[in-house]
Amino acid sequence: MGRTMIEKMLGSHGGGDCGPGDIIWLEVDNRTARDFAGANVVANLEQYGGEKPIEDPGKTFFTFDCNVPANTIPYANNQHRIRMFARKHGLRVYDVDYGIGSHVLIEEKLAGPGSTTVGTDSHLNIMGAVGAFGQGMGDLDIAFTFKTGTTWFEVPPSVRIDLTGTPSSDEVEAKDLALLLLGRFRGHELLGRSVEIYGDWVERASLEDCITVASQATEMGAIIALFPPNASVLGHFGMSREEAVYADPDASYQATYEVGISELEPLVACPPGPTNVRPVSGFTEPVPVDSVFLGSCTNGTLQDMELAARLLEGRKVHPGVMLRVVPATRKVWGEMLRRGLLDIIFEAGGILSNPGCGGCAAGQIGMTGRGEVQISTSNRNFTGKQGDGDTYLAGVGTAVASAVLGRLASVHDLQAKGGRR
Amino acid sequence: MTRPVRLEGRVWVLERDGRLIDDIDTDMIYHNAHLAVTEASQMGQYALGNLKGFSDFASKASAGDLVLAGDNFGSGSSRQHAVDCFISLGILAIMARSFGAIYKRNAINSGLALVEVPGLPDGLIEHHETVALDLETGYLSVGSGEFHARPMSSVSRDIYLAGGLFEYARTREPRA
Repeated sequence: MGRTMIEKMLGSHGGGDCGPGDIIWLEVDNRTARDFAGANVVANLEQYGGEKPIEDPGKTFFTFDCNVPANTIPYANNQHRIRMFARKHGLRVYDVDYGIGSHVLIEEKLAGPGSTTVGTDSHLNIMGAVGAFGQGMGDLDIAFTFKTGTTWFEVPPSVRIDLTGTPSSDEVEAKDLALLLLGRFRGHELLGRSVEIYGDWVERASLEDCITVASQATEMGAIIALFPPNASVLGHFGMSREEAVYADPDASYQATYEVGISELEPLVACPPGPTNVRPVSGFTEPVPVDSVFLGSCTNGTLQDMELAARLLEGRKVHPGVMLRVVPATRKVWGEMLRRGLLDIIFEAGGILSNPGCGGCAAGQIGMTGRGEVQISTSNRNFTGKQGDGDTYLAGVGTAVASAVLGRLASVHDLQAKGGRR
Repeated sequence: MTRPVRLEGRVWVLERDGRLIDDIDTDMIYHNAHLAVTEASQMGQYALGNLKGFSDFASKASAGDLVLAGDNFGSGSSRQHAVDCFISLGILAIMARSFGAIYKRNAINSGLALVEVPGLPDGLIEHHETVALDLETGYLSVGSGEFHARPMSSVSRDIYLAGGLFEYARTREPRA
């Protein structure tokens, strides 16, 4: 019997010949904690860690991305507590200047195809984008892996999604595919599953496209959304197909779903949650927009920023609308500087921030007020998550078009109206 | 540390319009405004503080109470606070039709009893009614009837009985 991607990856990391439902002791290649919950990890290690709280300092990292630099005293205290702990034990800290930890791990090629990574970021299953295992866990779990290099894990059942067709509209982005899947499967159907995604779209996707879709596996309730590494992903890591992990041709899946994408169009997830998905074209009444957030681990890549700048070039953000832009990492920020993207976004009226998790975690670049309508490229719009206002999740094109037109709009609408120059 | 496998207590039924609430996420359980808290004893006061209709839960719940919700309880972030806030209040167990994957691990690792009740009919357990529950068999009895919850998995039972992941590992995993 053949094996699925996750069965192979977990199998080579302590699971042996494991199958769905088996409890394994997972060998973890990268053990990480963020500024969020990192201090709780330190507290656990101080309580339970004993003489040797870190099994392998070379595999153990802190990544600061939630509240960077800290704008509250408790966060500042937590970050510094982590730094002191890291210095004492010789651990690398990707500090407040680096950006989103999961993206840094991919950029720095620490988490490549087939590897295993855990951390306190619930979107760490974003590693599925590069055909790797990643999992967000609580601070107790992470403290345990810092100390032992392992933790228990129940091998999830695998399902596969076959994407059929090619989107006929060129304004469709990876985010629209993520939203399509969220709307189709809601938060329950894929709950606790490892999802493998196949199809022509996957073969042609950029690394950034894969990141966008994989980052929303958490909201689908899935353990992870795995992409079999394509040329773009292998190219980033300088790896060959032989070095990556793929499912066996006769692997067995609990279910196979076919999802047609040729009719895909720009979508939004409306309040109160990421699975409440509608087409942008489907609103009969205009939705006036007060603010737009562009960034997050879902849509903060250089590809996203380039698309935003291309659409904003020569245009202005609608009067009264706040456009907030937070690149995912320092590296993306630097490229934006060199390529002139910062200038375009500035001239259009955008507010630019240093890299990090932006509005998602601790309101680094602002929260929404009661009655405020925000279009966000992030991944969660649960009630109260980003403030008291109403947040709609959308792709970069929809977010930028909405910022320029001052109402929920697609790139198609933007091109038709031109926007304010 | 001895941990009870038979529990009895008053149930907080998280329902709206007579239906158990689905998709209660970690920001509703423990809002991100309080994430900088590292002392578990300080977390209880924020429990369910952002869940509409239940924001007074922390002030009214008593040690020994149980909580019941619908599908996908604890979806969202990985914050342990969303588990520890209930432990801090002395909540005995959380029952739900299903749980978010990370939440489930966090609760198991902290030794908080989680009970999956797939298919539990709305209304079988009334708000503030007392239930008796056997964690090992999943047998649940309540004034108006009974229900068979999913029994705890072996790993979750062992960690629960040990009182948490580190305590469990001391008995099982030589490296810990």
